[in-house]
Amino acid sequence: MARVTTGITSSHIPALGAAMQTGKDRDDYWGPVFAGYDAIREWIKKPGNMPDVIVLVYNDHASAFDMNIIPTFAIGCGESFKPADEGWGPRPVPDVQGHPDLAWHIAQSLILDDFDMCIFNQMDVDHGCTVPLSMMFGDVKEWPCKVIPLPVNVVTYPPPSGARCFALGDSIKAAVESFPEDLNVHVWGTGGMSHQLQGPRAGLINKEFDLDFIERLINDPEDLAKMPHIDYLREAGSEGIELVMWLIMRGALGDKVKELYNFYHIPASNTALGALILQPEETAGEALNPQRVLSGHSLEAAE
Amino acid sequence: MPRTRLYSLDELDDIPGTKVFNARRSREAYHLHKFCMSLMKAENREAFKADERTYLDQFKMTEDQKQAVLDRDLAKLIELGGNMYFLVKIASTDGWSAQKAVSSMSGMSADEYAQMMLEGGRSPEGLRSKKEAK
Repeated sequence: MARVTTGITSSHIPALGAAMQTGKDRDDYWGPVFAGYDAIREWIKKPGNMPDVIVLVYNDHASAFDMNIIPTFAIGCGESFKPADEGWGPRPVPDVQGHPDLAWHIAQSLILDDFDMCIFNQMDVDHGCTVPLSMMFGDVKEWPCKVIPLPVNVVTYPPPSGARCFALGDSIKAAVESFPEDLNVHVWGTGGMSHQLQGPRAGLINKEFDLDFIERLINDPEDLAKMPHIDYLREAGSEGIELVMWLIMRGALGDKVKELYNFYHIPASNTALGALILQPEETAGEALNPQRVLSGHSLEAAE
Repeated sequence: MPRTRLYSLDELDDIPGTKVFNARRSREAYHLHKFCMSLMKAENREAFKADERTYLDQFKMTEDQKQAVLDRDLAKLIELGGNMYFLVKIASTDGWSAQKAVSSMSGMSADEYAQMMLEGGRSPEGLRSKKEAK
């Protein structure tokens, strides 16, 4: 049967893709960010770690879902998905290859579990989906695995609650485990961490909140899932609400998880960046060495 | 059926310097955002750049919204209902980085803003609630 072996979180900001594209990924500014991801890039290539399929949870940034359609939870069941033109031409990355059989199976299972999913077949995927792939797999001609895009509305209020996201993750786990084919499935939660992209409060970063969020996501996600949106807004900035998507990833891993890797960096353009590898405790592999990496100008000074 | 909600929609107006993108703003900015979405096609970006005013007049935006687009006044566009994920398409059309676009709303120069980010970003202290800010 298929199994959810791994949960990964990652930032998905377009500036990361732009840094790769313009050869700035090893400069003084972006170097520490990409160094933090090198460990994940090496880990994911090892036998047993490379997924057959990723359920990639992200938010569309007014690319495919504009004012005409705003699905709360959607799932891509198509054969493939093209990178969207977001105003500067499509990102020069491969098309995302779907896994229609598993995607339809998950969609049906989720609906039977009372999640009223929006199903799409044809849709362009924006940086929310493709930047995490670039961060994990680098500059490649083809993505090394299949991807099921799972966009969540976190743009137009109200987004789904943390508790609903956590429960969705649990249902994704059950759906995957009832798929007969033997597949290594990852669930990735993307976006975050603290950031605000609007108004006079722009540039908000809350390191204490972010580090506490990671700790609770690992050890007490059910309680973390009760946090209302207003607290994300107050503490993590208006766009920090993307972090509810991390709870979908965590919900798909079961009760206890092992932290394999935990990377946190300030700043990546306007944001604080967090990247985690987590695995269900009972089937977890070895932690990376080093297991925890804090980097960035403000953190260096504090260490 | 009794309902328990985690917060009331009114509370979303309590964050200083922040316009939460709710239904009212979504409606207010509907045509502004139609314009922004049109910039996802290269030929539309060219047409916009060739004659901005004529291009804008194809959309049922308010005059204030059109003027704020012409002025590239993103802070004003947020005031007029806009959401950054739509507005950033104007900035991208102009070749601005996301950081430059965001900094333009912050009341700081792009350099001052970039320096603030390097130093760990803007602290949430005093900015969590309008009550706290007073």
